[in-house]
Amino acid sequence: MKLTIEPRLSSSWRLAVFIPVFSLAAALFSGGVFLYFMGVSPFQAYRAILTASLGDAYGLSETVVKAIPLTMTGIAVMLSFTMLIWNIGAEGQIFVGAIAATAVVRFFYTDSRPVMLIMMFLAAGAAGGIWAAIAGFMRAKWSVNEIITTLMLNYIAMNLLNYFVFGPWRDPSSLGFPMTPPFPDTARLPVFWGTRIHGGLILAIILPLLFWFVLKFTRWGYEIRVMGENPRAAGFAGMNYLRNVVLVMFISGAIAGIAGMCELSGLQGRLQHGFSGGYGFTAIIVAWLARLHPFAIVLVSFLMGILLVGGETLQIVMRLPLSSIMVLQGMILFFVLGGEFFRKYRIRSVKDDDAVPLQAAPSGEEK
Amino acid sequence: MNTEQPLVHMEGITKRFAGVTANFGINFEVRRGEVHALLGENGAGKSTLMNILYGLYRPDGGKIFISGKEISFSSPGDARKAGIGMVHQHFMLIRSQTVWENMILGLDGLPLVLPRREIKERILGISEQYGLQVDPDAYIWQLSIGEQQRVAILQMLFRQANILILDEPTAVLTPQECEHLFETVRQMTAEGHGIVFISHKLDEVMGLSSRVTILRRGKLAGTLDTSSTTKERLAELMVGKKMVFSIDKKELARGRPVLECSSLHALGDRGFPAVSGASISVHEHEILGIAGVAGNGQQELCEAMVGLRKAESGSVRVKGEDMTNRAPKDFIDRGVHYIPADRKGTGLVPNMKVSENSILKRYWKRPVSKGFFIKWSEVAAFAIKLVSQFSVSTPSVETPVRNLSGGNLQKLMLGRELSDDPAVVLAVHPTWGLDVAATCFVREQLLSHRERGGAVLLVSEDLDELISMSDRLAVMCKGEIMGVLERPADVPVESIGLMMAGTVIRDEAFGREGSQE
Amino acid sequence: MEIIIPILTAAVRSGTPILYATLGEIITEKAGILNLGLEGIMLVGAYTGFSVAYSSGSAWLGVGAAFLVGTLMGLIHAFICVTLKGNQVVSGLAITMFGTGASSLLGREFVGFTIPGLSRIPLPVLSDIPVIGPVFFNHDALIYSSYILVLFFCWFFTSTRPGLNLRAVGDNPRAADAMGISVTGTRYFYTLLGAGIVAVGGAYMSLAYTKMWGELMTAGRGWIAVALVIFAIWNPARAAFGAYLFGGVEAFQLRLQTAGTTIPTPVLMMLPYLMTIGVLLFISIKKGKGILFGAPASLGAPFFREERD
Repeated sequence: MKLTIEPRLSSSWRLAVFIPVFSLAAALFSGGVFLYFMGVSPFQAYRAILTASLGDAYGLSETVVKAIPLTMTGIAVMLSFTMLIWNIGAEGQIFVGAIAATAVVRFFYTDSRPVMLIMMFLAAGAAGGIWAAIAGFMRAKWSVNEIITTLMLNYIAMNLLNYFVFGPWRDPSSLGFPMTPPFPDTARLPVFWGTRIHGGLILAIILPLLFWFVLKFTRWGYEIRVMGENPRAAGFAGMNYLRNVVLVMFISGAIAGIAGMCELSGLQGRLQHGFSGGYGFTAIIVAWLARLHPFAIVLVSFLMGILLVGGETLQIVMRLPLSSIMVLQGMILFFVLGGEFFRKYRIRSVKDDDAVPLQAAPSGEEK
Repeated sequence: MNTEQPLVHMEGITKRFAGVTANFGINFEVRRGEVHALLGENGAGKSTLMNILYGLYRPDGGKIFISGKEISFSSPGDARKAGIGMVHQHFMLIRSQTVWENMILGLDGLPLVLPRREIKERILGISEQYGLQVDPDAYIWQLSIGEQQRVAILQMLFRQANILILDEPTAVLTPQECEHLFETVRQMTAEGHGIVFISHKLDEVMGLSSRVTILRRGKLAGTLDTSSTTKERLAELMVGKKMVFSIDKKELARGRPVLECSSLHALGDRGFPAVSGASISVHEHEILGIAGVAGNGQQELCEAMVGLRKAESGSVRVKGEDMTNRAPKDFIDRGVHYIPADRKGTGLVPNMKVSENSILKRYWKRPVSKGFFIKWSEVAAFAIKLVSQFSVSTPSVETPVRNLSGGNLQKLMLGRELSDDPAVVLAVHPTWGLDVAATCFVREQLLSHRERGGAVLLVSEDLDELISMSDRLAVMCKGEIMGVLERPADVPVESIGLMMAGTVIRDEAFGREGSQE
Repeated sequence: MEIIIPILTAAVRSGTPILYATLGEIITEKAGILNLGLEGIMLVGAYTGFSVAYSSGSAWLGVGAAFLVGTLMGLIHAFICVTLKGNQVVSGLAITMFGTGASSLLGREFVGFTIPGLSRIPLPVLSDIPVIGPVFFNHDALIYSSYILVLFFCWFFTSTRPGLNLRAVGDNPRAADAMGISVTGTRYFYTLLGAGIVAVGGAYMSLAYTKMWGELMTAGRGWIAVALVIFAIWNPARAAFGAYLFGGVEAFQLRLQTAGTTIPTPVLMMLPYLMTIGVLLFISIKKGKGILFGAPASLGAPFFREERD
């Protein structure tokens, strides 16, 4: 008996749903085993995660609070991934968006809340967009590897943030904590239902709908799908790759920047050191796990929200470092990648003497 | 070694790929000192059979004997140890390494630290013995295709292969280089090697081989002694029925020029000049053929003439309008359409649906698009019309293009490019790898486009195709146009061969009115 | 001179972890596998090296353990990329996340501890040479072995049979396969070996550079190494040059900080990252003009023998 691998000619939607779900389950199981060997009881940890995030109305609302920036950033990176541009820099784009929004609060303060919020929104979008478009432009014009540039821009943005909150923008009354003074009320997004869920929720609902529509029904959506699948064919069809790489990166960065602004204006009320808990990186898993589908991003963001709320609980209750949740995130990605294999190929066991296997040949002719 | 045993004996070989049986119950053998030709159309299963013998594919059924002993290869390494060597159509050479480095690739038994001088001496020794001249220190990317083929053959001789498989070796050579190759092959058989010569060209098979095995659609059509058969008989076995390929080409007066270039210079992908001062023009009611050994700038010329490659100098004109270095879209809008050789890599988006691929060149035009939006109902209607008009066989227009066979990919692409009567179509290797029926279909479509007043620029490696299809034939070598021949059917093939090898021949040499643009 | 020599010496020291990481990535990429998990592997290496050295009292045991754990991380990557033909970019990101999380989780017990670490061994004679002596030959043994590694790989790629086979697999796996070289075996071997070397770079951070463990202590050096591979055009000697250049920027920046400059610290800390972008931009613009060769042609693409194109 031997095993042969062959590509699947068609993939059913059942597999497309089953494989990520199964991968997630397998990752949680292996993550549990890993935690066990680290001297942490997986049952206790998972129970803590679930009760904290879903156990009561407050927990649920906190999960939604995490899912808001994740959905927005997930849509942001999904857009660039669709075009096969690896924007790994959403975290930095969140930072610069937040910095720009804070700058508006400091320097262009007005009493009108709508004016204030719109200005913050525009400034954050422009800053995040330009930050990402720098990498996009270098990629399009000189094929500079965008993975590295967006990552380096993350570190630069982080230091830029530190510069402001440790330096000129530090709240003198903060007892030395690296943070700006609290925003005035006119710079705050409304919150709903007496929870911490804020106005960003509206964007987290609108953006997936909007980009689902754009990708499916517009000329531009068609163009970026073609460019992502086959840039050569795109050039051959007269599409302008350079311009679109910059544009897609700009929009991607702008959404991430606005997510940063919502986080400040809706939730934290001030700019402070390390305010984003790695949303920009988690968004990469979100987009990948959702197979770049806008609606699935909402769902996966919620699942990741559970993990993040749970992670904070683990930090408090079980004294684990916050980044230990990254073990689970890494595991999930491993298993999703493994699952991809079973979506693309099938393995068959074949008896040697019995010639029935079908093997690889994507096209029916010989070259 | 038992000399009565054939070197290779394959029995009942079966190989299936998803959905296609590439080989079915095939028997094949090679004796010492013979050239055994393996004849068949594209897609008949020749390469698959030989890739099995070379250990690249595992057969699903059947047995292989080498010198009488049954063996089972699990990798090319095993086959090499059994003395089998193969020169693939796309040479298995590492472009970034030198000739001598390529010689010893994957060889074991050499010391860990390489004895360069000894290796180079052995290379020179073998190359002298067989008349295959190479420079051991040259990098592969510096060599011409013909030289690379010599390296690939040497590579096999270096590892003492006594069974040598040559997969369509003449496809990339000028007629003169072919002669040289045949000399080498004769030399090798004289030394006792067994040669498998894969081809679909009957003249070569008749001239070189002692026996010939014909495959048809994955099945054995027969094994014959070459001396006791005729070309006609072979052709019949190969195609399955008596089928003489004739082209019904009407005499048409040449119309106005549609697409012209003059003194065009363009660089290749590696930044070296690929097109050097080419000047040609394609007219209404005309097929202009471009002949040349692969990689002499034909593709780059076409790309530069549709805006996909930058013209360093010179000009491109469409219907008299200067279009030098304009965007590809401007060319498309003026009816300049391009059928690239690389179907899945350039012409189509493999993971997208047939319908989505069908609008690649018109997604901004009505009715499939309205304002910013794409109307998918119109797209589906258009795709269904296209599929039926150009008889693309596909389960539905929702099928991803990657699941289509080569012939259907080409029909889809052809349909897309010809559907709104473009002014000119540039077709690069449009029949490459297609079976007879699909080939006929493609040729008919191009001819009917010419009749409707369109212009066609046809690039092909198949000289017969070019000569029978073209009204005029330009010959390219090293990025230059060596000459443009009127009525190419009347020109001796040897002269075209000389031009392909770099001799400039003015048309007057054939005693007719010349036209060298 | 009095100011320059300490900076150059510090440049070599702070460049060494990046050098190990870059060398490891070069050999992995030469086989056609892109491993973006360097940051995670370095962190795991730093943690493993520190914890083993702390528990056993032997820094060299720590180095060995880091190498082994690094190869295990490489094994995960190789399994996903070679056997499962998965996306190499995403797999690398997953390795980084996993490594970051696992090292933080495991390392929580070691925060704040210090170890004696690797000791300095001035090389006799060589360390007495003016300028060059103190800069290059007054260090610990892990730095000296990085010199040997650089020279070894320069020779290995061009003059040995396995080196030739490695390059063949990275440039044209189809041809290498047809010539009887095992593409799968080669890719596995060099992905594991490369990851092991990367982890040693991480171990250098905790065993020699800081002599302590800290969460996220590599601070992006893994990513800088990925960029340096491109800068080095896959050449080990150029990698050494690039790594010391970065080490120099870092040393210079630290010196300015301690000297009490008016430039704020976060601005200084941006320097290495800005420089990475600058270097990458420079090299890519040059490449655009067709001057650059050396990238393994099949980098990032999985290989499947019976897939025909």
